[in-house]
Amino acid sequence: MPKQVPNPNWKDLALGGAVIEPGSAKYNRTGDWRSERPVWTDKRCVGCGVCSIFCPEGCITMIPDKTLDNERGYRPVTDLEYCKGCGICVVECDKRCRVLECIVMEEEKV
Amino acid sequence: MEKYNVDASLLDVYAALLLPKEDVVASGHRACQGCGEVLAMRLVHKVLGRNTIAASATGCMEIISSPYPESAWKIPWIHVAFENSASVASGIEAGFKALMRKGRYPKRKINIVAYGGDGATADIGLQFLSGAMERGHDMIYVCYDNEAYMNTGIQRSSSTPLGASTTTSPAGKKSIGQQTWKKNMPEIIAAHNIPYVATINPSYPFDLARKVQKASEISGPAYLHAYASCPTGWRMRPDLAVQIGRLAVETGVFPLYEIENGQYRMTHEEEELRPIRDYIKVQGRFRHLTDDVINSVEERIRREYLSLAKKASPSD
Amino acid sequence: MGERKGIEVSIAVAESASACDVDCIAAYPITPQTHVVEHLSEIVADGELDAEFIPVESEHGAMSACCGCAAAGARTFTATASQGLALMHEILFIASGLRMPIVMIVANRALSAPINIWNDHSDVMTERDVGWIQLFAENGQEAFDLVIQAFKIGEDKRVLLPVMVHFDGFILSHVVEPIEILSRDEVKSFLPDYEPAQRLDVDNPISMGPVGMPPVYTECKMVTEAAVRGSYGPIVECFDAFGKQFGRRYKPVETYRSEDADVLLVTMGGISETAMSWVDQQRSQGEKVGLVRFRLWRPLPMDDFMQAIKGAKALAVVDRHFSPGGPGGPVAQEIKYMLYNSEQRIPVVEFVAGLGGRDIYFTDFDKMYKRAKDVVQGAPIPPFELIQARGGHYGEV
Repeated sequence: MPKQVPNPNWKDLALGGAVIEPGSAKYNRTGDWRSERPVWTDKRCVGCGVCSIFCPEGCITMIPDKTLDNERGYRPVTDLEYCKGCGICVVECDKRCRVLECIVMEEEKV
Repeated sequence: MEKYNVDASLLDVYAALLLPKEDVVASGHRACQGCGEVLAMRLVHKVLGRNTIAASATGCMEIISSPYPESAWKIPWIHVAFENSASVASGIEAGFKALMRKGRYPKRKINIVAYGGDGATADIGLQFLSGAMERGHDMIYVCYDNEAYMNTGIQRSSSTPLGASTTTSPAGKKSIGQQTWKKNMPEIIAAHNIPYVATINPSYPFDLARKVQKASEISGPAYLHAYASCPTGWRMRPDLAVQIGRLAVETGVFPLYEIENGQYRMTHEEEELRPIRDYIKVQGRFRHLTDDVINSVEERIRREYLSLAKKASPSD
Repeated sequence: MGERKGIEVSIAVAESASACDVDCIAAYPITPQTHVVEHLSEIVADGELDAEFIPVESEHGAMSACCGCAAAGARTFTATASQGLALMHEILFIASGLRMPIVMIVANRALSAPINIWNDHSDVMTERDVGWIQLFAENGQEAFDLVIQAFKIGEDKRVLLPVMVHFDGFILSHVVEPIEILSRDEVKSFLPDYEPAQRLDVDNPISMGPVGMPPVYTECKMVTEAAVRGSYGPIVECFDAFGKQFGRRYKPVETYRSEDADVLLVTMGGISETAMSWVDQQRSQGEKVGLVRFRLWRPLPMDDFMQAIKGAKALAVVDRHFSPGGPGGPVAQEIKYMLYNSEQRIPVVEFVAGLGGRDIYFTDFDKMYKRAKDVVQGAPIPPFELIQARGGHYGEV
C-alpha cells in the first residue's frame, strides 16, 4: 500500500482518516532523542534477556548466538535507530544479574 | 500458562527468554524516555498477541501511539473518546458475537481489550466501565495507572496518592498536595462480581504475563489494574522506572494480588514491608512531605496491606 | 405487499429495524422513545430478531457502543431524544468522522430547562453540524419507511455515514396509525446484508481514530463535507428505488398545493400534516397558499428548495427552535442563506411556534398567514416572532 503522509491531499485519505499500515510508527526513528547510549560488554553478558523485557521501546532483541561465551547462547542487539537512552537496561542488568557494568551509558557523540 | 509460573521475587534471569518474542506495539512510538506505562502496555500486548482488538481511551498511550500517519499498533485498534473505551469495547464484543452467531463472520476467539489511564478509568470513564463490567461482556479492561492526568500536563486524578504534588493539587504553603486517599479501583470493580480482577506491574513481568493470560482465557469481564510509573510526572530519573515498580510492591504501596470469583489471593508476598521512605525519596512529587504526613501514610498503607492479606487467607 | 395494520408508531419503528435484520442495538430509554427500545428488547428476547441488545448505562454509552458495533462490521441501530441526544453530542461528531453507518431514530423532544418531555425540534437543531445525514418523518408510515431507507443510504459505499431519522415525540411516537409493515424478506430484497468497507479485523489490522494534527485535520473535515454533500445523489436514488419497489416515493423537499401560491408555509415534521389541512381550508376560501416541507435536512437540498418556492411572493417559516439573542430560528436562517445570493430574494417571515409540545392550531397559522400577507402587500418584514408566547414577543398584543 502507498505510504501515508502527514500532509495529504484530502482525496488520498483512507476512510475515516484511519492509519492503514500497521506499525507505521517505525518510520519515526526516535534514536535522535537520546543524549547517551547503552553499550554492552560482550564478555560479561550472560544472555539472560532482562534488558530486552524492560526496554519501553522494545528495541532490544535477543538473538541466538552460539559463538558467544555465555551460558544461554543469546545476545542482546539494540536497534539504535529507536533507543531513547533512558538507561533502564543498565539499572535492571545491575539489579537482576548482579554483573556490574555489563552495560554502561556512554555520552552520545554529536 | 505453566511457563509463566515463575516466582517473581527470585526472578530466574534466564526465564526472560520465555516471554513471546514478538511485539505488537512497534518502536517509534512517542512515549517519554523511560515511560513505565508504555512498558506495561507493551508487555500486556506481547502476551495477548496478534489475535486481539484494542479500544483505547484518550490519553498518553493513545497520543504516543497514533499521531497520523504513524501508528505503533500492529493489531486492529480504535480510539473514540476519553471516557468510553469500555463502551466501545462492549460494542465490538457484541458486534462480533452477533456476526459470528448469524454466520457473517468466521467463529473464532478474539481478545477484546479496552484500556485507559487512571483518569479515563476512575474519573471520567467510571460510569462506562461500571456498565461494561455489569453487563458481563467477554472482554478485558486494563487501567494503566500513572496516578494523574499525565497526558494533559500532570493534573490530579482520583488515583493520585495522598501528598503527591500535581499541577491541580500542588504542594503549597496551605496544602500538602493531593488531600484525599487514592481511590481503590480494583475493589470497586471487584464489587461488580466479575470473574477476575488483578493488579499487575511491569516490574514483575511473569506475574503480569500469567495474569494477562488468565484474563484472556476466562469467559466474561476481567479487570487488570497496572502500575505505570511516569518519570516525567513523578519527577524521577527515567532509568529507575522499573526499579520504582519493585519498590512499590516491596513497601506495600502496590500489592500484587488477584480476585478470582470473589476469592482473594496474594500473588506476591513480602515478609516484611520496606519503609515507605525508600519509595518516596526517589520521587520529586513527594519532596515536600513532612515526617508526620509520611508516617501517617505509612501507617495506612500497612493497615490496608494487612487487611488485604487477611482477605486472602481468612483462616488466620 | 406488506401487512397494513393499526399500530403505534414507536412499535412500527422497532419493527422496521427488525425488518432490516439489525445485528446490534445499544440504546438507553428516554421519554418519548421508550416504546421503541422496549419493543426491540421484547422481540430480541423472544428470538424474533437475532441481534445483540446492549442495555447501556447512558445515551453517551449507547452511541459509544454503537461505534464499537459498527467498527466490528455489524448493522447497528439506536434511538434517543432530547437530553439523550445532547448527552451523546461529542460522540456524534466522532461517529461521522470515523464513517460509521449507524442509524438512529430520534423522537424529537424539547431540551431542558425547564424539563419538558413533549415535542419540539430543539434537540435536532442543535445537532446540525455533526456530519450525519438527517431525515424528517411526518407520519407513521414515513417513520417506518425512512428507517429502512436510512440503512440503505448509510451503508451505500459512496456514502458510509451515520443517519438520523427524526419523528416527533408523542405526536408521532405514541399515536396509533395505519401503517403498512413490510416483512423481513421484502426488505431484504431492497436492503442486502451489510458489507462493511472497513472494519476492525485481526487479519487486516488498521488504526481507527488516530490523532489528526493541524496538517491533516482540515483535509479530514473536507472529506466530511464532501461525503455529506455527496450523499445527495445516493439519497435520491434510494428514494426512487424504494418508490419503485414499494409504491411510496419520497422527495428531499415535499410540496403541497404550492404551484400558484403567493404565500408558502414552510414546516418540518409532524405539524406538516396539520398545515396541510389548514392549506386545504384556506384554499377552499380562495386564498392562494401552499406548503413546502424539508424531508431531507442534511445534506441541505438547496436546489430542490429553490425549485419548490419558485413563483412565491413570501415565505412563512415555522421554526420549532431558536437561538436566544441570535438570528431567530435555524430553518429560516438556512433558507435566507439560500435566498441571499439568488434571484428569488423574496421576503421570509419567521415564526417560532410549537415549543415544548405546545399545539399549533389553525388560528396560529391564520396569524402567521396574516403577517405574511401584509408583507406581500408592502408592510415591512417583521423580525422573528415567538408567535404563541403569552404576553407577546414584542410587548403585549
